[in-house]
Amino acid sequence: MFSYCVDPKSIEGLMWLSCYVTTAKHMSFYFSFLVVMGLLSLAAPLAMAFGFAGATASRSTFRIIRSLGKGYLAMIRGIPDIVFFLFIPIALDQAFEYLRHKVLCSDVTEPIRQGNDFVVCAAAKLPLNTAGEWVHDIYGFSLALLAFGFVFGAFAGNVLSGAMAAVPKSQIETGEAYGFSQSQIFRRILIPQMWIYALPGLSNLWMILIKATPLLFLLGIEDIVYWAKELGGIKTGVYEYPHPDWRAWYFGVLMIFYLSLTYLSQSLLDKISARLSQGQATMAGKAG
Amino acid sequence: MSSCFQTLSDYGLRSIGYGERLLPKTDITLCEQFVLIGSGMIWNIYFAVLALFLGFFFATVLALGKNSNLPLFSAPCRLFIFIFRGSPLFIQFFFAYDLFVLLPRLGFDIDLGFLVVTVETRWFTKAWLGALIVLFFNTSAYAGEIFYGALRAVPSQDLESADAFGFTGIKKFRRIIWPTMLRLAWPSYTNEAIFMFHATTLVFFTGFPAWQQKGDAIYYASYFADKTFNPFIPYPIVGFYFIFLTLLIIGLFGLINRRLNKHLPTNERKRLRFNKYNLIR
Repeated sequence: MFSYCVDPKSIEGLMWLSCYVTTAKHMSFYFSFLVVMGLLSLAAPLAMAFGFAGATASRSTFRIIRSLGKGYLAMIRGIPDIVFFLFIPIALDQAFEYLRHKVLCSDVTEPIRQGNDFVVCAAAKLPLNTAGEWVHDIYGFSLALLAFGFVFGAFAGNVLSGAMAAVPKSQIETGEAYGFSQSQIFRRILIPQMWIYALPGLSNLWMILIKATPLLFLLGIEDIVYWAKELGGIKTGVYEYPHPDWRAWYFGVLMIFYLSLTYLSQSLLDKISARLSQGQATMAGKAG
Repeated sequence: MSSCFQTLSDYGLRSIGYGERLLPKTDITLCEQFVLIGSGMIWNIYFAVLALFLGFFFATVLALGKNSNLPLFSAPCRLFIFIFRGSPLFIQFFFAYDLFVLLPRLGFDIDLGFLVVTVETRWFTKAWLGALIVLFFNTSAYAGEIFYGALRAVPSQDLESADAFGFTGIKKFRRIIWPTMLRLAWPSYTNEAIFMFHATTLVFFTGFPAWQQKGDAIYYASYFADKTFNPFIPYPIVGFYFIFLTLLIIGLFGLINRRLNKHLPTNERKRLRFNKYNLIR
């Protein structure tokens, strides 16, 4: 980075440190913080979409759709989210490859599951063997993103269906009295009214989502945890910048990063909640 | 069927080091997956039960501390709760493990009178102690916040009645404040207990190594998923075990909840149910 960094063995103190923290690998470390932010900004709307679909389905008048929706919302209560994070990316990957194999290589007759192997033809591989490194990265990240959307969608679905149930019955009945159709009631009364009931749950969910982002590491993504382990490990003399085991320091930095992120989010959410409570017929609304 | 009994005796206690040493590698049967993953549940239950039991008491202390008027008590409790609730458990595991590794390798004897136990600092880097400490601190912080909220919600009339009857100090706390605090906190605390059981699945994915392949349920599940390249069997098995465990916790905590609510008129009692618990940590 700096001109004096050419021979790190000859420099000391702050100069050494300034060179050390600007190596190419450290740049990848800093970039991975952006990956976390990117994941947060993509996973939150995706989870809301999944959650909205789940909550709507669980209120459906069709029995099959209703039980599917209810099952989706209920499973997250009993099963640890880690199970889904491990399961969904491989399951999706195999499902995609299976479908592509059926479509693209219909002439291959051998079974796909051969004992302990999962064999699809080369053309059905995802991503293709010939694809570049970045395609693999994007594909892996997308699978992880889908897993986050699915798991947090189930959480959000529970919050939203609770909020929908909390909207006073009399408002729905008023809509019916005015001759609104079911879908009009849903769009014009239920949805606009439910947000105030959903807000506390959704803000809590946002905090959980922040605290779940390091699980990207489990999905084989080179995220902040990966780089903290990688950079913090003991570096012997053969490395350019030898140092003892500094992992505790690196993870200390991650702790501070997450603490400030949750602290900032909390103060922001408190402000939003105070703003939305204004004029509401609640204790918080009257106090303000 | 008899071979499944054989598997049960071979692998039933594999996760704590008894029985067959080598894990199945080829021709993995459904029975082997069920038994080994079930064996791993021993660790999940060990971590969660101990952390929750110890955490219950520490959480009470933290809640009282946070509620104290003296900054000397309230500030450290606030900080502790903020640190453990504000950062991911996953990072806490890594951070704690890397700190424990840096501890000097020491051993010191504790004389119990009839037995001398040598405590070694390298125990901290083992999952059974190191991860347990992290889980204990973590659940204490979350439960401490729940108890603190409940403590603030104890009706002031209850306290005035206590004063009128001449209750003071420890007696007032034990007879009046504490039972009401627990009753108010119980639904959220049940939720926390379920989350704690779920959180134990993280232990062996962090720095803490699974020594001699003694791991928890999800450690074996991911082992099988790697070996058979088929995630559709081991992960649903883990899910099955955890749903069963979750229902068990709700049942058990429901019994305690009933006792805590015993004195209330029936229409004011709150029941704990699977599709009603709060879900948000």
